Amino acid sequence: MTQTTSGLIIGMLLFLVAVGLTLIFGVLKVVNFSHGAFYMFGAYFAMTTYQLTESFALAMLAGAAGTAILGLVFERVFMSRVYGADVLMQLLVCYAFVLIFDDVVRIIWGPEFKAMGMPAAFQVMPLFIAGGVVPPYYLLLIGVALVAAIVLGLGLSRSRIGKVIRAAAHNPGMVSALGINTGLIYGGVFALGGMLAGLAGALAAPVRSLTPGMGFSVLIESFIVTVIGGMGSILGALIGALLLGLIRSFGSQGFPLFVEGLMYLFMVIVLVSKPTGLFGKEAA
Amino acid sequence: MTELEAGRAQTLVPARSGAALQRYRDVLIALIAFAVLASLPLFTGSKALLDFVIRCSAYGLFATSLNLLVGYTGLTSFGHGMFFGLGAYSFGLIMQKLGVPIPVAFVATLAITAVVAAIIGAICVRLKEIYFAFVTLAFQMLIHSTILSWASFTGGDQGLRGGIPRPVFLGIDLSDHVHLYVTSCALLILGLLAMHQIAQSPFGYTLRMIRDNAARASFLGIDVWRAKLTVFVLAALFASMGGMVMALFVSGAYPEFAYWTISGEGIFINMLGGVSTFLGPMVGTVLLLLLNDTVTRFTEYHGIVLGVVILFFALGLRKGLLDFVADWLAQRRDAGEGR
Repeated sequence: MTQTTSGLIIGMLLFLVAVGLTLIFGVLKVVNFSHGAFYMFGAYFAMTTYQLTESFALAMLAGAAGTAILGLVFERVFMSRVYGADVLMQLLVCYAFVLIFDDVVRIIWGPEFKAMGMPAAFQVMPLFIAGGVVPPYYLLLIGVALVAAIVLGLGLSRSRIGKVIRAAAHNPGMVSALGINTGLIYGGVFALGGMLAGLAGALAAPVRSLTPGMGFSVLIESFIVTVIGGMGSILGALIGALLLGLIRSFGSQGFPLFVEGLMYLFMVIVLVSKPTGLFGKEAA
Repeated sequence: MTELEAGRAQTLVPARSGAALQRYRDVLIALIAFAVLASLPLFTGSKALLDFVIRCSAYGLFATSLNLLVGYTGLTSFGHGMFFGLGAYSFGLIMQKLGVPIPVAFVATLAITAVVAAIIGAICVRLKEIYFAFVTLAFQMLIHSTILSWASFTGGDQGLRGGIPRPVFLGIDLSDHVHLYVTSCALLILGLLAMHQIAQSPFGYTLRMIRDNAARASFLGIDVWRAKLTVFVLAALFASMGGMVMALFVSGAYPEFAYWTISGEGIFINMLGGVSTFLGPMVGTVLLLLLNDTVTRFTEYHGIVLGVVILFFALGLRKGLLDFVADWLAQRRDAGEGR
């Protein structure tokens, strides 16, 4: 049970990052290689806010809102210039920002490991569920991620905005001709994706250590998640993230040194048997 | 056709009688280039300069081989660095464990690379664009984590330490700095010459056709899968050569050689120099290494500087330096003919 919950929280954090990635890819057809940076900034924003205000809620809000703004600016100022360009070009712009953002964090917060510390409200006895130890904070984490998944899923399929977003993903020219500002939608989707990654970073801040390179390992893992689940599929991201989280936590028991290798192996197996991922649609 | 491809379309197939001539010219240029590089130690005693050229050889071989995939075939590999790392590790391990002469280890490493590349390539090349990029990246990370976790064999995160033995072979003593320098120049020139022959061969033009229109190539009776696999393996061989030069230079091998950033740098080098010309990646290599060396001397935050430079190339020029020069020359020529 302890293994399962730790797998679940890894999976849930990964899901929040990966779903933003998959959303951005689904709508903008851009692979946001700098997505890990938003996770990183979310964590750092949360830490600073928490140290200043001592409020956990404000820290989460700062992590999410800060990265949403960052995402919007990043998309409008830079990414919007390379739509339709070579994939290589988009990757390069993102690669440039991975380098820049990591150094910005190094300059502002310093290169050493930081810790936010667990808020007092959660420093209570862990719960014992089905023979396993579950810290209450984990429950909050899983809850938030589940709510995000449900809101996103329902929002995209049922609400008007969701329909517009899906339409814009399908045929941006037509949506634009109908008098809808597609630039605003693109920016919004990017901000939403950034916000989710930032929220994941903020949620992870109390339980993980913060370092300038922290975004990258998350990025690689969330790539694996989106690729396993199928690019552009929210359900795929959820399933993929949970699978990967479980592989990580159980794999660290069986093969402590080859955990990463296991994940890549899993990805290769999925892709070879179904190149579009578990829930991906055939070539769009 | 994307912007990048537009520039490439103008290359024309040389006439058959010209092909042999072209080959002699290439060999001549290669010989001159080698003579110039090899005579460098006669004029300067600067160890730093020679070191710089050796590093350029290692990365140049790697980046140019990546261009065979990215530029000529349209296969955006994001895991090409795995063969760089594989070359460095196989070579180092063979030399350390078996103590065979260097050329034997060299050939054995190429053989190992070919087998590994054939297996990985067979899985990867049927995937499209972004999926190809991801699966190659995944394989790269798989190899990287294998190196990290198989510590008893590869030295884990410490890398392959203890130095690589370099027994003298036919009077060539690679522990001597100048000998090492001349050897890596020779490998670079030979590698470039071989890759240029591949690029200019009918097979090279098949690759361009696959890049521009794979369906059409397939209709014309070309086995696209086989052609892609062949170039994947060929490119891996040259990347592995680059890795071996690097292993000889640092007398060891480190997990970073197999890390994804090597692939990222390779792509970046290609963009910097330009993918539409054969020598673009070589120019990019020199530029990136120069940039890295100067920037690290002035600031510890070289990520920011490098990032801004990348942005300038990606958003400002929108093509590599040599693409830029080639376009400018073409424009000038067109303007001249117009009058």
